[in-house]
Amino acid sequence: MSSRPKLDYRAKTHLSYFAYVCHRFSGLLLACFIPLHFLMLAQSLRGVEGFQKSLTLTDLWVFKFGEWVLVILLAVHLAGGIRLLMIEFGPWKGLRKGWIQLSILFAIACGLLFLYFAN
Amino acid sequence: MGQAMSEGVLQAKLWYAQRISAMVLGLCVAIHLAIIFYAIRGGLTAQEILGRTQGNVLFAIFYEIFVLACFVHAPIGMANILQETFPKSSVARPIAWILALLILILGTTAVVGVFTGGQI
Amino acid sequence: MSNSDLKVKVWRGSQEGEFVEYLVPRNPNQTVLDVVTYIQRKLDPTLSYRFACRVGMCGSCAMTVNGVARWTCRTHVSKIVEGDSLEIAPLNNLPVIKDLATDMREFFNKWKGAVGFFKGDKTRHDDFTKVQPNSEERQLADAGIECIGCGVCYASCEVVQSRPNYLGPAALNRAWTLTNDVRDVQQLERMQAVAGDAGCHACHSQGSCTEFCPKAIEPTASIAGLKKLVARAAVRGSKWGKL
Repeated sequence: MSSRPKLDYRAKTHLSYFAYVCHRFSGLLLACFIPLHFLMLAQSLRGVEGFQKSLTLTDLWVFKFGEWVLVILLAVHLAGGIRLLMIEFGPWKGLRKGWIQLSILFAIACGLLFLYFAN
Repeated sequence: MGQAMSEGVLQAKLWYAQRISAMVLGLCVAIHLAIIFYAIRGGLTAQEILGRTQGNVLFAIFYEIFVLACFVHAPIGMANILQETFPKSSVARPIAWILALLILILGTTAVVGVFTGGQI
Repeated sequence: MSNSDLKVKVWRGSQEGEFVEYLVPRNPNQTVLDVVTYIQRKLDPTLSYRFACRVGMCGSCAMTVNGVARWTCRTHVSKIVEGDSLEIAPLNNLPVIKDLATDMREFFNKWKGAVGFFKGDKTRHDDFTKVQPNSEERQLADAGIECIGCGVCYASCEVVQSRPNYLGPAALNRAWTLTNDVRDVQQLERMQAVAGDAGCHACHSQGSCTEFCPKAIEPTASIAGLKKLVARAAVRGSKWGKL
């Protein structure tokens, strides 16, 4: 005896739902990161030397990797957000699946650009 | 009916505020990404950052607008996620407010910081 | 014994129960409704399920097939079979009465709750209202009025699953078509009905409703229209008053 089946992943493996998950997940992680980001930047109040000292903390590879991830998250959230704004405020043209594909490419491009410029 | 209606009006206003702030952020984030790509070339030092931001009123205004837009946008999104993930508890409002305060205070401090470079 | 019988798992029971497997002979041009009908007529007469027109007009035969809500009379087995297996369950997000039949009352109650019904103020003594078919409002309404209340969108929506009070895509879609009906006189009540905590703003545009609607209706669009309307009404007011 078990409980009746519920809505599961099989009804959610479509592009629009995937876009929603990416947007929500990236938004959540960004929201958690932003206060830390501001805290870091506020170290500038210590003046150039103090700020530089705090910045050298971020030379650790784990921070560099985190920065790369965050740039990608930002790109994903931006692109997904514009898609939502188009759906909610723009003329109706479906679930904007072409836009989703573009967003994925944009996020990849941002990730690659970051790697290119950072090195 | 009265209370349900004011709750409805609140939800509608929060939705509106989040979308308007999203439009502002869309612009700010696009510009910020461009700045990031420009700035990280050849590494990033405090000297370079402050060299661009210290005394720069335009940057300060731009980033404060950015902070205010985040202050509106992120907590509403966070509240929605919490409300839906933990519908039976009441963590959504308090956590959203804490996030809002953190963003506003730390964000404005950061803007003041990079504008003054510590020379207040 | 056919060389390729279908192994069909069917939900038996109500809120509690189990999947029971049946072996059904495979035919060309077989729909899932054919399979369910075969089981009930030849293998197990105690199976409960709904159907009516069996030609894709009434929406009664909607069930969850391999996890996705579909009209079983319009779903060919060959299109969705996984190897030789099928899984048939009742529609999600609705209480199960027995086996494959769900209790649709909450679905239709929410339709009412969203003021998804028409009310005019003319009588037989008044002239007809002249509605231009190509007016913007009429086109918006026409885009959504073919809904037959099958429940597929409601069963596919994750927000319905996570927010039991959420009115759902069908009710909100209907409300939107009536918002664009220039003859209707309940517009303020309708806006109030869809503005609540369980109203249009709970929608995240996941798009499952639009993805799975068998009539290619796009509730995501209708709900987007309602979101704008209600938000403006809450902040600035609308032609029918302020919320």
